[in-house]
Amino acid sequence: MINYIWFFIIFIGVIVGLITGKGELLSNAIINSTGASVNLIIGLVGMMCLWCGVIKIAEQSGLTDIISKVLKPILRIIFKDISKDDKALGAVVMNIASNMMGLSNAATPFGVKAMEEMEKQNKNKGVASNDMALFLVLNAVCIQFIPTSIISLRAASGSHNPAVIIIPALITTSLASFFGVIYCKILQRYF
Amino acid sequence: MEYFLKSIIPILIFSMILYGMVKKVKVYECFVEGAKEGMQICFRIFPYILAMLLAVAILRESGVLTYFNKLIAPVVRVIGLPSEVVPLVLIKPLSGSGSLGVYAELLKNYGADSYIGILASIIMGSTETIFYTLTVYFGAVNIKKIRHTLYAAIMADLTAIILAVIITRCLI
Repeated sequence: MINYIWFFIIFIGVIVGLITGKGELLSNAIINSTGASVNLIIGLVGMMCLWCGVIKIAEQSGLTDIISKVLKPILRIIFKDISKDDKALGAVVMNIASNMMGLSNAATPFGVKAMEEMEKQNKNKGVASNDMALFLVLNAVCIQFIPTSIISLRAASGSHNPAVIIIPALITTSLASFFGVIYCKILQRYF
Repeated sequence: MEYFLKSIIPILIFSMILYGMVKKVKVYECFVEGAKEGMQICFRIFPYILAMLLAVAILRESGVLTYFNKLIAPVVRVIGLPSEVVPLVLIKPLSGSGSLGVYAELLKNYGADSYIGILASIIMGSTETIFYTLTVYFGAVNIKKIRHTLYAAIMADLTAIILAVIITRCLI
């Protein structure tokens, strides 16, 4: 699946680019993308280490167990297989909480951690479980309380009321998450 | 309230370490141990990030998105999405920095408080860079078969966009 998508994106991009005479632009784009990914990962390494370190403390002190116990009744309804696994649930909770607060830098390490814990429980290694798919979909339309970067960009471009989008965005994401769960529950039967 | 929101990271870290200390966890050793894991994760996901950024860079520079934009114009008109916002909708699932650029451009050209400005803001706030998230998360645990994940994520994304259009209409 991912093989076809990757091939298709490159195939159509290169063919169209070459025909429309953008060969040089494409060359630059390819070379720059390697640099861009190095920059991205270097930016991520520090954040990843910081949050993984902090999570480890939270894990050892039993804080994640407490958080996941509180949120378990809600999450158990949508995440079926991992509902018994405190570590996985804890990471899922922390990821969703970070997303809600608009801390996407913090959300990624928690998300990766959650995936690792879910893979441990996964009977079919290398194949996404229902819970993993659901988790990714919730990340695709994450409920946001404070979209910090958007509000600051709006303020910077002279908006009279930069925060006016908070409630609409909250309604949109909550409803979209709800639908996302439903789509997952329906589609998972056919794949 | 605003000061609290800006200080959320130190507060979060402090309370987690404090709780660890109270529970007699060796906080320093524990932190370093966790940070090592973070390092390994980064090594592991780097090739996946490179592969995805490469494909996205080619797609963006080739101008395919512009043609695609024209192609789907009749379809987006049905759901009431103004054509100015379409580039944002197309780039958002692929690239975080790319979409931020397109979004800033929209705000500059049409004003943050216009219909387009507000709609673009809500779309920015309610959708994520799906391909990046998928690549990093599945790459980290070496998942090859993603089953229905992408379809469900795109459907949820489209739902968010349609909802954003409806809600913006009610707002203005």
